[in-house]
Amino acid sequence: MSRSRADEEEYWHSSKCRAFTFDDEDDELCQLKESKRAVNSLRDIVDDDEDELEKVSWSGEPVGSISWSIKETASSSTSSLEGRDSSLQKGSSSNAALPKQVSSYSLSSLFKGRNKLPSLQSLSDALSDTGVKNYAPELRRPKAEYKDYSSDWSPKDTVRRMQRGKVCSLERFRSLQDKLVLLDEAVAGHDGNVITAVLIFLKRTLRREILFRELEERQVALCHLIHFLKETGEQKMLLDLLRFLDRTEEVALSQYREHLNIQDVEKRREFLKGCIGLPFSPEDISHIQDHYTLLERQIIIEANDRHLETAGQSEIFRKYPRKASILNMPLVTTLFYSCFYHYTEAEGTFSSPTNLKKTFKIPDKQYVLTALAARAKLRAWEDVDALFTTKNWLGYTKKKAPIGFHRVVEILQRNNAPVQVLQEYVRLVEDVETRLNLATKYKCHDVVIDTYRDLKDRIQLMAYKCKVERGSAEEEKINSILNNTVRNTCFLL
Amino acid sequence: MASTARRDVPEPPDFGILKRLARDQLIYLLEQLPGRKDLFIEADLMSPLDRIANVSILKHEVDKLYKVESRPARPLVLSADIVNADKMSGRSRKYKIIFSPQKFYACEMVLEEEGVFGDVTCDEWSFYLLPLDEDIISMELPEFFRDYFLEGDHRWINSVARALQLLNSLYGPFSRAYGIGRCAKMCYELWRELEEESEGDSQGRKPEIGNIFLMDRDTDYVTALCSQMVYEGLVDDTFRIKCGSVDFGPEVTSSDKSIKVLLNAQDKVFSQIRNEHFSSVFGFLSQKSRNLQAQYDRRRGMDIKQMKNFVSQELKGLKQEHRLLSLHIGACESIMKKKTKQDFQEMIKAEHSLLEGFDIRESTSFIEEHIDRQVRAVLWGRPCLGTRRGWQPSHTACSRVGVPHREPVSTPKTTITDAFNSLARKSNFRAISKKLGLIPRLDGEYDLKMPRDMAYVFSGAYTPLSCKIIEQVLERRGWQGLEEVLRLLNGTEFSEAGAAEASPGRDSQRTVLAVFLGGCTCSEMAALRFLGRERGCRFIFLTTAVTSSGRLMEAMAETRA
Repeated sequence: MSRSRADEEEYWHSSKCRAFTFDDEDDELCQLKESKRAVNSLRDIVDDDEDELEKVSWSGEPVGSISWSIKETASSSTSSLEGRDSSLQKGSSSNAALPKQVSSYSLSSLFKGRNKLPSLQSLSDALSDTGVKNYAPELRRPKAEYKDYSSDWSPKDTVRRMQRGKVCSLERFRSLQDKLVLLDEAVAGHDGNVITAVLIFLKRTLRREILFRELEERQVALCHLIHFLKETGEQKMLLDLLRFLDRTEEVALSQYREHLNIQDVEKRREFLKGCIGLPFSPEDISHIQDHYTLLERQIIIEANDRHLETAGQSEIFRKYPRKASILNMPLVTTLFYSCFYHYTEAEGTFSSPTNLKKTFKIPDKQYVLTALAARAKLRAWEDVDALFTTKNWLGYTKKKAPIGFHRVVEILQRNNAPVQVLQEYVRLVEDVETRLNLATKYKCHDVVIDTYRDLKDRIQLMAYKCKVERGSAEEEKINSILNNTVRNTCFLL
Repeated sequence: MASTARRDVPEPPDFGILKRLARDQLIYLLEQLPGRKDLFIEADLMSPLDRIANVSILKHEVDKLYKVESRPARPLVLSADIVNADKMSGRSRKYKIIFSPQKFYACEMVLEEEGVFGDVTCDEWSFYLLPLDEDIISMELPEFFRDYFLEGDHRWINSVARALQLLNSLYGPFSRAYGIGRCAKMCYELWRELEEESEGDSQGRKPEIGNIFLMDRDTDYVTALCSQMVYEGLVDDTFRIKCGSVDFGPEVTSSDKSIKVLLNAQDKVFSQIRNEHFSSVFGFLSQKSRNLQAQYDRRRGMDIKQMKNFVSQELKGLKQEHRLLSLHIGACESIMKKKTKQDFQEMIKAEHSLLEGFDIRESTSFIEEHIDRQVRAVLWGRPCLGTRRGWQPSHTACSRVGVPHREPVSTPKTTITDAFNSLARKSNFRAISKKLGLIPRLDGEYDLKMPRDMAYVFSGAYTPLSCKIIEQVLERRGWQGLEEVLRLLNGTEFSEAGAAEASPGRDSQRTVLAVFLGGCTCSEMAALRFLGRERGCRFIFLTTAVTSSGRLMEAMAETRA
């Protein structure tokens, strides 16, 4: 984290003139820019060696304050220890349930004070004001705990003791009846850790079918066992359990999920093939089928394209080397990939976009969006044009976009399409207001001017004149329109 | 912000002692194993550990530090492997495994199965509570959400109960407890049981926190899934705040380095903008930088003596402020850049219409389109918002979501739809929204700079349900009159008065511990802080983890591989 003076210097220099690149001429953004400039201009006064940065203390406390805090906690624990003392004297059933921090802490200080090295002198100092009597209950504790092993705790007490983190032998609970009472107590105690502990015991000491049967009526415990089996990876027992419960869809999904653990693609493909016959729900089955088909497809494409790339024959791969393999990518990524590298291929090949579209029943909208993004990235404007051109039966062409032309414009703009291209699509935006907004934003002057002309909005047109360059063709156009409309307006008046 | 605060908000209690307790216990545990030793730390524990102890403290006890990745192998199995390898090679060492915050019986079972039970000693480091800020305490248990709400595992309930016990003993006794949700109820009951057993004598103590409100995350998923608009929330959504600190990358620092920044009330710039709607942040920052400029300019007319004073007394503070300003300006830029790239405006529009229940068809087609385009930040969360209102994300679209790089076609149905379908059935968001007036009626513009209510955190379009419930219950001092809402929420609610009923004028009575089981978002904290300022009370947040729509959706997706 520490930065030297030179770094600091570099830091301010480099930040100096990097204003951010918003095309919105928003007031607030201007403000932001302005404040940044102001802040950066202060550089000359500020850039010296003092670096506040390292001074952020992660602990919030100076190092070496441990002894101080020991004093603090030792004294604060005194009161609670006294509290416990009295509870012990009362001889209640509860055995020590203080917050852990406090009790173990005071123990620690006790031992530290007695046996530790001279370097810890301060610790014993800290302890000197707390009398030994305060620690007496702590010293008595082992005796109390000794009792754990000898006496019979009721199921309820057993659960309670386990909740407090104490070792309890469960071996005594041998009859099914006892085991179930214990389990029900654990569930009633709300502590998942204990529920799982009891389940581990039951799992070890009961035949599966009997355990499963009893769990069927105990949903909370059942959830715990399922989670436990998932976490410990006991897939076989998990599947047995789900089958016993007749949760066939979950069985299928649980098996399907295993593909995530298979790294090798060929093996994964084989595994997925095996999954197709599993009892999935009707909606899911087609996804599994698709998943398998997709991976199969990707393996073929990958082999082919890797070959092409290494051979260096294909221009597209030379110009735009692949960033990653297409294996295990989502469908839309695969479609994008094929629109990027295999756009012109005939429908018969596995890697052609149209083939993908057909096989996976990709909706028009999704197809167009993906293809547009891919072709725009390659700056293949003719392809973009073709994407939206439809011919009617008379042979007239018409532009149509299932996604709305404002979307098209945005995507093109993001891919740095030239104004001439953008303009063409901005013009096609149906909603006048959106069209004007987009045209103004992306400086498609022609469209703005034409739109105002169609709206017969003289004032806006005149206002817009200031935004175009002096003496440009646009200005001339505005002028000529204005001259024309003057006559019209006069007429109207 | 709003200058309408009627009463002074009580100061938050000092939570520093929680850090000291945790640190001292850790050191004690390490000391239990005398001599030279190496320490292996699980990756997930690194950040919380960083916040309470630094290397130099650990160095007293430890020779070498290692980080253990939790994947692919489980750390417990890994440690068992190390022990077994040592045994094979005849090397004799001592081993200790410290579990935090709690040791599970299942862990002991693993040790037993691996044949190392007895070779290692086990300990618990009861590190339940990490104070992230003056009013935020995190249990740093992001897994709580998945474990409880998706798997139905109650393993963390005991941890929450113990955490409550500790807070109660240090800052209580709490005189009133409210709650909603099954988990909340269980935590409360277990905590009460612990209290009864310990019988700590708390009569004489002066409480600092008087009220406690427990809430299950599944009471309100909608709020957690909304795009955040307050500065802190946006920083979290964009850069991911981890354990109260954030890594600002080169795009923010305008250098080639990343800087780790602690975001809390001590950061004088951040503390003033964290709760603000993003749109008012720019204005604030520019005002601030102008002031800074003016203060620097003052030195122009100074004589030597004044200059000396200036340098020795003010310059340091100014420089600190300057550094913070430039970082937060950089962060704003970065956020804006990212958001404009994602059609943020349109997304917000779609989100708001979904919340209001208008243009459902349009909004859903917007969502589908984004799913089609694989705009990840958008697609997470959005389908669910729809689902909760009874709309099902189109199956085709959903099936193509995929968890990128993991599963080509998403794990069918289970991941997204299933988890929320069950909720959708019992969800009555629209009716609840109407009943509680969550969508503010508006004439004219909502002034985000001078907010009137908690809805400002979502641009005035929606009052967070979770916060509204808390507001209502605190106001009524119970659930009376909210029966209809409770029926719609299908919630298990409770409201109990503790033994120590204190006089209402006390500061402690105006301090509320808001416990979020399953996570709390920055927006919710901002909304409640606003409510606190309005009503003159202080909210302390205890959450299992700070969460966000992104984190919730990741928890839904199956990532085990």
